[in-house]
Amino acid sequence: MSGLSTAHSVVEPSATSKRVAGALVIAYALITLIPLLWIVLTSFKTPPDSIAYPPKLMFQPSIEGYCNLFTTRTRQTPEYLAAMPPPTGYCDRAVRSRNMVIAGPSNVIPRFTNSIIIAFGSTFLAVFLGTLAAYAFSRFRIPLKDDLLFFILSTRMMPPIAVAIPIYLMYRELGLSDTLLGMILLYTAVNVSLAVWLLKGFIDEIPREYEEAAMIDGYTRLQAFTKIVLPQATTGIAATAIFCMIFAWNEYAFAVLLTSGEAQTMPPFIPFIIGEGGQDWPAVASATTLFLIPIVVFTVLLRKHLLRGITFGAVRK
Amino acid sequence: MNEHSGTISIADKAAATPRPVAVRVRGLSDKGIAWLFVGPTIVLLLAINIFPLIWTIYLSFTNYAANRSGEVKNVGTRNYERILNDADIWAAMQATAHFVIWTIAIETVLGFALAYLIDKKFRGHGFWTTLLLLPMMLSPAVVGNFWKFLYEPQIGLFNYAISYLTGIDRTSFQMLGEVSLAPWAIVIVDVWMWTPYVMLICLAGLRSIPDYIYEAAEVDRASPWRQFVSITLPMSMPFIMLAVLFRGIENFKMFDLINLLTSGGPGSTTEVASITLKRAAFESWRTGYSSAFAIILFVAVFGLANIYVKALNKVKQR
Repeated sequence: MSGLSTAHSVVEPSATSKRVAGALVIAYALITLIPLLWIVLTSFKTPPDSIAYPPKLMFQPSIEGYCNLFTTRTRQTPEYLAAMPPPTGYCDRAVRSRNMVIAGPSNVIPRFTNSIIIAFGSTFLAVFLGTLAAYAFSRFRIPLKDDLLFFILSTRMMPPIAVAIPIYLMYRELGLSDTLLGMILLYTAVNVSLAVWLLKGFIDEIPREYEEAAMIDGYTRLQAFTKIVLPQATTGIAATAIFCMIFAWNEYAFAVLLTSGEAQTMPPFIPFIIGEGGQDWPAVASATTLFLIPIVVFTVLLRKHLLRGITFGAVRK
Repeated sequence: MNEHSGTISIADKAAATPRPVAVRVRGLSDKGIAWLFVGPTIVLLLAINIFPLIWTIYLSFTNYAANRSGEVKNVGTRNYERILNDADIWAAMQATAHFVIWTIAIETVLGFALAYLIDKKFRGHGFWTTLLLLPMMLSPAVVGNFWKFLYEPQIGLFNYAISYLTGIDRTSFQMLGEVSLAPWAIVIVDVWMWTPYVMLICLAGLRSIPDYIYEAAEVDRASPWRQFVSITLPMSMPFIMLAVLFRGIENFKMFDLINLLTSGGPGSTTEVASITLKRAAFESWRTGYSSAFAIILFVAVFGLANIYVKALNKVKQR
């Protein structure tokens, strides 16, 4: 940019305006973080603490919410509890103090596993297909290229519920309803459009001269692609993969309509974590906390590429 | 594969020289590779997007109901006529319009203001920007579900904070249970979640304005307000438009957040288009009718997407 812009340039904001701007932004950030903080706090409350009024900021931390998240429990009479052998661990004791016994594991681990399998599977496929297509769109003359690219993007813009109606019917015919494979294919189709657009941007930035030089040295086009372009595009591929993963991890509309048991992921599962007499908020908060942690990590890792990701690779800073 | 590809590529040019004959023998032609690389993606999208779309178009002209096996009758354009005359659909469109207009208005003002402040590059702005971005990365369904807890009139943090700040009795209002408040409850959560998105794009816009323009304005002694109105605002406008369009498309089809917060209630106050569609398709099982509604929504989103891509290209040139 302009060589005139130094630290003492006329456009550098004054110290006061910087301080005011900082204070306002930090205030906004702190306010918006309250709900997230509240999720984490609630996950460490006991059920009575979680519904206390006024809302408790100070409380005795407990992992009862996590105990409840991972178990199913049945109510028992005090006599039955008294006749039982002594509790074997923290959760056992916490559950018994509420006149209940642990009946077995809850569905949370299978649901979490589904989320992981579907997110990884669909991300791998979408990035694999997307890299190939993005390379072709970046380097070759393809008839109707702009129309094809628009078509690919427009598939992602479609309202999920509208897409879900025929998918529901099609999957029913093919036996893909409520299967991991069905969800992986669906999320791959949604993510591949993002992958193509993002990766095309990244590959466009790799100078063609590298491949051309390699091909003059006797590489075939495929060798030039795998040995020259792919290594150069690693960062872009990684960033794209994380974006695809986040989408698949967070997706709700398709998941709630097309899965009910076997292939159900976390987002439709979490709202149905209930205890006696309504939602067990500490357990819900525990599930939410565990579910959000990977995304927070990814966001921090991705912060330099976020802008690209949310604008389909168009705005690069 | 095709040895006589029409594309003039470096391989073909190189073929004019004697050595790289091997290139053509060992490798596929560029045209072959292009189709091999693009093909699978196109096939997948045809199978999972286009084939179902065509099926939906077909269904939209029938009286099909997915939960019973009866005779499927062609009803012509009757589904479309019904939709256009259905008061519920118009109510849903109104609820959608309220949601879209207010979220976009608030998010744009707030997002641009935040971007403007962050662009002052105060100390630690990178860290705070990352923190600020967190809500938009999270699952709307999971977070929406938790907001239900915050909105609880008896025990929720939101009602507590409002009553603490204003003195209004916390149990005297229910954000999700009252016809007059529920449309605003969903706007608040959406603003909380998506303002960072608008902020991020606006920030890119502000940063795309070269310093020398401001320096020239300083030399001309333009007032800060004047600089803001004639440089900052117009030059970041393409970016603002991009954010507005994208939020517009996303919120027009909003489902997860609202389904979790209110499921369209109380009554049908917050029943936006996607919720109506879900109820018609997966609760009343009026498959033909809901297919017609889906097609109408498709066309609307497709039109918006078209404008969006034009805006994207405009921004790309910067």
